[in-house]
Amino acid sequence: MQFGILVNEGPYSHQASDSAYLFARTALEKGYKVPRIFFYHDGVYNASRLATPPQDDRNVGARWSKLAADYGVDLVVCVAAAQRRGITDGVLGDNFRISGLGQLVEMGIQYDRLVTFGD
Amino acid sequence: MSDMDDMDDGSGIVKKFMFLNRKAPHGTVYALEGLEVVLITAAFDQDVSMVFTDDGVYQLLKGIDTKGIEVKDFSKTYRALDGYDIEKLYVDQASMDARGLTEDDLIVDVTVLSVDEMANLMAEQDVVISF
Repeated sequence: MQFGILVNEGPYSHQASDSAYLFARTALEKGYKVPRIFFYHDGVYNASRLATPPQDDRNVGARWSKLAADYGVDLVVCVAAAQRRGITDGVLGDNFRISGLGQLVEMGIQYDRLVTFGD
Repeated sequence: MSDMDDMDDGSGIVKKFMFLNRKAPHGTVYALEGLEVVLITAAFDQDVSMVFTDDGVYQLLKGIDTKGIEVKDFSKTYRALDGYDIEKLYVDQASMDARGLTEDDLIVDVTVLSVDEMANLMAEQDVVISF
């Protein structure tokens, strides 16, 4: 079973990003495949390495980067949404990359399930 | 938009994609950015349906004028959808009724569906993306 995950909200202001992370990590731990996670709308803010949350809280961006490092997940940030919001290659966290919406459509075509996290 | 012509993931697979539009056209960015995904999906030659429900029915309202709020007016994009071979447009009857709207208030031709019909249509889809 291959899951594609779409994250539509930014970190901290909305639970969608936390829920997406927990879903993805749990699926991977249980042996399912999550080849790619796509970040759209304010979800692109998940990719910023400039965020410095308080030490006693989770670091959402770093957590995504580690998940990608541990399991080889492809973290893709929508270029159009990113440009609107000032997310460029220069501010991307580790293992994120910027690409087009075609990467999202491919997830829908190729994977068994596409799961959306957002409002 | 030349970058959206004849895209292909190489698999030859055609899936049924439904885009569920639930939000008013302005106030949040979901409708505008959602349309971008719809157009790209059509460029991949997928079987695209668009559903408008809840405040999403307002996306198709005639006479939208965004001058007063100084944001981009993308209302005309809905009328251009058939140029992208996106012809399956559905609206939810209850959402229209709750807002006092009829098909005459909308800028494009749509099929009005009951809740049961909508549920059946949804069950037929491979991929449902909600904005």
